[in-house]
Amino acid sequence: MSLLQATDISKAFGGIQALNACSIAVEQGSITGLIGPNGSGKTTLFNVITGYERPDTGTVQFKGADISKYGPDRIFGLGIGRTFQLTRIFPRLTVTENMHVAIKRKGLASLLGRWSASSEHDRALQLLQFVGLTHLKDAPAGSLSYGQRKLLELAFILVAEPQMVLLDEPAGGINPTLIGQLVERIRELNRQGMTFLIVEHNMEFVMGLCNRVMVMHRGAKLAEGTPEDVRANPAVLEAYLGD
Amino acid sequence: MATVAHTQTSAGQPGRSGAGRWKPFQIVFWLACLIAAIVFPLVFSSPAITTIAFFTLVFAAAGTAWNIFCGYSGYIALGHAVFFGSGCYTIAILCAHWHIAGGWLPFAVVPLAGVAAAIVAVPFGVVALRTRRHTFVVITIAIFFIFQLLAYNLRGITAGSSGLELPIPPWSGYVFNLPFYYVILVILILAVVTSWFVRHSKYGLELLAIRDDEDRARGLGVRTGLVKLSAFMLSAFFVGMCGAVWAYFVESIYPNTAFDAQFDVLIALMAFLGGLGTIAGPLLGALILQPVTQYLTISIGQSGLNLVVEGVIFLAVILLLPQGIVPAVRELIFRRFARRDAMPVAPAPPAPAAVAPATEPNPPDSVAAERS
Ligand SMILES: Nc1ncnc2c1ncn2[C@@H]1O[C@H](COP(=O)(O)OP(=O)(O)OP(=O)(O)O)[C@@H](O)[C@H]1O
Ligand SMILES: [Mg+2]
Repeated sequence: MSLLQATDISKAFGGIQALNACSIAVEQGSITGLIGPNGSGKTTLFNVITGYERPDTGTVQFKGADISKYGPDRIFGLGIGRTFQLTRIFPRLTVTENMHVAIKRKGLASLLGRWSASSEHDRALQLLQFVGLTHLKDAPAGSLSYGQRKLLELAFILVAEPQMVLLDEPAGGINPTLIGQLVERIRELNRQGMTFLIVEHNMEFVMGLCNRVMVMHRGAKLAEGTPEDVRANPAVLEAYLGD
Repeated sequence: MATVAHTQTSAGQPGRSGAGRWKPFQIVFWLACLIAAIVFPLVFSSPAITTIAFFTLVFAAAGTAWNIFCGYSGYIALGHAVFFGSGCYTIAILCAHWHIAGGWLPFAVVPLAGVAAAIVAVPFGVVALRTRRHTFVVITIAIFFIFQLLAYNLRGITAGSSGLELPIPPWSGYVFNLPFYYVILVILILAVVTSWFVRHSKYGLELLAIRDDEDRARGLGVRTGLVKLSAFMLSAFFVGMCGAVWAYFVESIYPNTAFDAQFDVLIALMAFLGGLGTIAGPLLGALILQPVTQYLTISIGQSGLNLVVEGVIFLAVILLLPQGIVPAVRELIFRRFARRDAMPVAPAPPAPAAVAPATEPNPPDSVAAERS
């Protein structure tokens, strides 16, 4: 059974059919790429999976359980973390504070304990180092550069140790050196068992990193296979060129 | 560019990284405030002055409570008079019901008035907290008027516009104000301590995250509905207690004094003036504005002009000091220190800054060890 399975998802906004009976399955331990022309419904699919949008029809299953009616907080708690295409961080909190939002603290510890003195604080700092933002840990997150925000958003998701991570255009606007590092980091987390589903327009990034690629077109899955298969598929080229 | 600025700030930012440097000053400052508040009515014992001092503390406590929800979460509520009024009516009704005579005993009812206000906050919050920003503000105002109307019309409980009487305190002369003063001071201290704990807890961080980006916070596992509602109730609890003490002090309450639209605006204004989301802000705001409004009410209250002047102050604060006094002063001090600590460095081109993270050593094993 797949780790994540979305079946026959449809979603319309007014007259626009953003998703049209779309079905995808993501295998445990994979790095799956999700590509497709602009407006093909990739972000909408992410929103449906993570509870930000209710699908009109269809179901989403994670580890066999139906999560289609859950809200974003519950879905995150089950182990699916995501980043946003337009990066979303907490601009008026410091970088370190941002790291702590996703850390669960229960009962009295959440009310009386100082987060900065929590046992999870070390893990937050280690992850900041992992994405190379340690030197900015006390800066307000709103002052970070575009690329640094992307790294911060990734880091504060990882702090909760999700089983699956959905990244919406992680490489957009990031300089090539940093992209190289990002690829390394994703590979490493994947070796430790984290599953990735990645939307990205940078083909080099997708083809180099992913072991499976799905192509979306007009709200449905057009093709799926290894990067080589997908690259060789004439229908995919047509989807990108024609319209 | 921004990055470069930060590399510097983090090196020489006394505000956060060097917070320890400020700690002794802070403790001394708060202790001094506490002692000043305790001895104030003993030094200035004229009833005219202690009365103003009492009202100031009522507003300082209510403003602090307002700030616990509104300041931290960014939801600007203009309906907290609902909780103030609920506290007023609760103490009046309970004292009448239990035949409590004037003296210290009515103060024992004050926490119950707080609980009643917190209970009122549940339906209020469930309705209002579904909306955000401007809609939320408008909804809170509308709900406030509904409660005021209820107070006028549920005559069986509230006696309508003829109002309710409270037990008459046995104290007289210049000691009359003292019990009220010290009881409200205790409530104020509790509110400030609560505010401090919330500000430094994970719970408070969740409120601040909601202020910045509520949907993002939800997507990180924050149960935003629950967090908002509980903070709203906590806020209502303290405001309800303030209302109860105030009601006992003024001895009789009416729908338009217990549920007072001016109260709604004033506590928000005080928090804005002092600094939204800061602990000292509402205190400072109350300290400055309460005597001013008191004076305005006495001197030009008959004509209603005091409301106009208060409105002008509100606009002036929003336009000239949008952050409030406390953050503005803090920034001033930090900037001075930052200049002293780190001499300005010519801004480097953005490119190397963007690569800056690459210079950080990346210890893969640190994270590897964490997961399993
Ligand atoms: N909230 C919304 N309201 C109205 N229309 C929407 C909304 N969200 C998405 N859409 C529409 O749905 C379609 C799919 O959008 P979506 O953002 O999912 O595409 P995408 O594949 O992520 O595109 P891109 O590669 O440009 O990010 C688009 O036509 C878009 O205009
Ligand atoms: Mg998109």
